[in-house]
Amino acid sequence: MSEGIDEVLRSKLQQQGVWVSSMQELYNWGRKNSIWPLQFGLACCAIEMIATAASRYDIARFGGEVFRPSPRQADLMIVAGTVTKKMAPQIVRLYNQMADPKYVIAMGACAISGGPFKQGYNVLKGIDRYIPVDVYIPGCPPRPEALLHAFMELQRKIDEQKLSGANKAAHLDSEQPSEFPVPAFGKHDLEPPANPDVFHPPKLERV
Amino acid sequence: MESLEEIKARIEAAVPGAKIDIVTNGGPSQQHSLRVDNEHACDVAKWLRDDPALRLDFCSNVTGVDWLDRTVKKTVKVKKVVDGEEKEVNETTEEKIPGHIEAVYHLYSMTHKHGPVIIRIRTSDRVENACLPSLTPIWRSAEFQEREIFDLYGVKFDGHPDLRRILMWDEFEDYPMRKDYREPDDYEYEPTPHDDVLERAKPYYTPRPQIDGAESIVEGSKPT
Repeated sequence: MSEGIDEVLRSKLQQQGVWVSSMQELYNWGRKNSIWPLQFGLACCAIEMIATAASRYDIARFGGEVFRPSPRQADLMIVAGTVTKKMAPQIVRLYNQMADPKYVIAMGACAISGGPFKQGYNVLKGIDRYIPVDVYIPGCPPRPEALLHAFMELQRKIDEQKLSGANKAAHLDSEQPSEFPVPAFGKHDLEPPANPDVFHPPKLERV
Repeated sequence: MESLEEIKARIEAAVPGAKIDIVTNGGPSQQHSLRVDNEHACDVAKWLRDDPALRLDFCSNVTGVDWLDRTVKKTVKVKKVVDGEEKEVNETTEEKIPGHIEAVYHLYSMTHKHGPVIIRIRTSDRVENACLPSLTPIWRSAEFQEREIFDLYGVKFDGHPDLRRILMWDEFEDYPMRKDYREPDDYEYEPTPHDDVLERAKPYYTPRPQIDGAESIVEGSKPT
């Protein structure tokens, strides 16, 4: 919503054929309706992602149909599937190569937490250990409707971003990092096993 | 296809010195297998592939099995003379089997459309880089699966053309399918722990503050 404009006055002006907006509203409106996802899939969630992009569910209705095979041309990374520890450095590197502003959807149980493979030796326990995630979708795999819902949530999130001020959007804040360290292959695990600047798990209280 | 006993007898006649045991499978499948000694494994495998009656030209699957040290109890009914009377008595014998790692090969014949014949080879112990002869020179399809056994169980296959890790990264040092493998300690966030996971997640727990009637939420405990 645009700040500083009286909503009543705005609708009255609109009835007279005058459309008033703010830079922020215009800027966010433009960005949220043209999100280009990065074209890559990791596991079975990718099949649902493909279905979402195809004609029946049709992500084009929301302006997200242009899947780009290059991170340089993409705004959105849909982490669709199991991220193995062997794959994680490449995912972080792809994220680093994307140009700002960029967003991440963690699609499915595996991308969120490791899912059914959480206690295994080779699966990363959630991509949010290395890169910031905007929207999480639970499901195994989530249905195309769920991905569309996540997409709309992301659009809502973009719509609320500020252009200036203390809590402005991350890509406009030079203090905020846009690249994150790529984990290295260690002797027993990835090193580091999580990026403490990004990964803040909720503290669990148990008796 | 001929029975395992017949195959065993024919192998022993064809490959002098080969020691073959029949490993019985007590499960419903009754899928028994042949255990071959390491020295003659290559010769036996070659014979199984080339014998005109068997022609097991297709190795469909190679698996690793990790056996820890174990004792096998066997109860046998023995006729014994007790108090001058002949009786049937249950006699239990314990056999200690030292730990070893096994490679199991499932063989079929494309020519004769029969199979599977299962052969097993065992390492002598469970130390790192325990050795087995590679059967890749005989069945090319064993190449990746022997690499997988090397990757996950740490068995070195002598004579393998390209023995590297296949699933884990090259820098990785553990063998995760071994029964004594312990995965790295990253249990800081386990929302629904149970059993082993619960034990490993406990050190990360924050104690619940004791405030009467108040909702117990620690600062920073809410997901943002």
